[in-house]
Amino acid sequence: MISAWGRADGRKGIRNVVAVAYLVECAHHVARRIVDKIDDPDVHLIGFPGCFPNSYADTVMKAIATHPNVGALVIVSLGCESFNREGLAAAVAASGRPVETLVIQQTGGTAATIAAGLEAVARVKAVADAGPRVPMAVSELIVGTICGGSDGTSGITANPAVGGVFDRLVAEGATCIFEETGELVGCENIMADRALTPELGAELIASVRKAEHYYTVLGFGSFAPGNAEGGLTTQEEKSMGAYSKSGSSLISGVVKPGDVPPSPGLYMLDVVPDGEPRFGFPNISDNAEIVELIACGAHLTLFTTGRGSVVGSAISPVIKICANPETARKLAGDMDVNAGRILDGEASLAEVSDEIYARMVTVAQGVRSVSEELGHREFILTYKQFDPVGPACLPRRGA
Amino acid sequence: MSALLLHPDDTILVVTTALAAGDRVAIDGASIRMAVPIEVGHKIARHALSTGDTVIKYGAPIGSMTAPAAPGDHVHLHNMKSDYIATHLRDTLERSTS
Repeated sequence: MISAWGRADGRKGIRNVVAVAYLVECAHHVARRIVDKIDDPDVHLIGFPGCFPNSYADTVMKAIATHPNVGALVIVSLGCESFNREGLAAAVAASGRPVETLVIQQTGGTAATIAAGLEAVARVKAVADAGPRVPMAVSELIVGTICGGSDGTSGITANPAVGGVFDRLVAEGATCIFEETGELVGCENIMADRALTPELGAELIASVRKAEHYYTVLGFGSFAPGNAEGGLTTQEEKSMGAYSKSGSSLISGVVKPGDVPPSPGLYMLDVVPDGEPRFGFPNISDNAEIVELIACGAHLTLFTTGRGSVVGSAISPVIKICANPETARKLAGDMDVNAGRILDGEASLAEVSDEIYARMVTVAQGVRSVSEELGHREFILTYKQFDPVGPACLPRRGA
Repeated sequence: MSALLLHPDDTILVVTTALAAGDRVAIDGASIRMAVPIEVGHKIARHALSTGDTVIKYGAPIGSMTAPAAPGDHVHLHNMKSDYIATHLRDTLERSTS
């Protein structure tokens, strides 16, 4: 059993983070200095750099600020940017969380706002830390997965091992989310065969086609040079390896960033924007995807890597599973689980799945993951455009 | 095990321990000598492949051959391509703008 933080909306968090959010790059420095000076592992910096309005950024920021792992929010605004700071503060207040807003142009500039921010964080943190603790079962977790720095070992060790964890979690009644339709190009038909309904299958295929079109227009697939150095040759080869993270359970629905799955099961997060390509690449790097998994309620993220990613995340812990035994030796201090032992003949796939599951439970119970211990708190939010999901995407909604 | 068959339909094997040129690998009962070093995670041909052949891994198509390969030959960017989106490398921009 997990000792969780109980939230007013009934959701449960495995961390009790005070988020400090800048609403435009012009407020980033002040917000960062507040967080740096406090130097508390549970006070995290999040933010949005743009000055133009964007409903996606508004949705994701509200979803993150009211995520069950968040206990309180301090907003740092320059004052003249487009972001609706009153709307964000109201959403957080309505969720029962303490929230304070600092407007640099009204507070008296950099030094005064940093000083005011230190006091604001102390006030909201005192309230958040006094919040109720409640028991939480593993089946109440929402777990995301992502791969980064994939190579030819990812699809035969770490990714199928996570697939095994996902199958076990789904069977136990938990909620699991896999994502990145650009890395499912080539898998669309076999994935559609696992859909709960034929209509959902058609939605899964359509979302991958959308990704293929988007990436083709931009001129690059979701494939980095390091993927090729690690033995992967094509987008569809990388996709087949990435796809194995989803396991073999039925797929219950398609969600978009900010949609929390309405019932337990396995969901695909469609991260590629709707409409003709605009604002650039769907996700400029792995952390943009992790932020979207968190916006869908992920309490933690299982991150597989072959070449060796070192990132973590603000708000929700990231657990690192290394696919490649050579990388596991070189970057041993960055990995939670060495799935490369499968290639060394030291462990079976099932044993590594069990190890990932056990590590996940321990981290959910409060033990910090390796990336948390190392201070990784990455966060990226950029411009995007989404239409709401159609009725075929969530066949179980309301059931 | 130094080269792994992931699915019975596959036309390639995945190398699981680094191989040096001259090393021998068992492929479907035959002992094949490696012509070049092969790193972990890279692919070698399971049998003779011709230009245009679909490459099968995990039992699924992952691209097609752009040049022939003999059993045990390295299968990678020099002799296969995506059937979806072209693969880019660090010098792709230089090459496309030069």
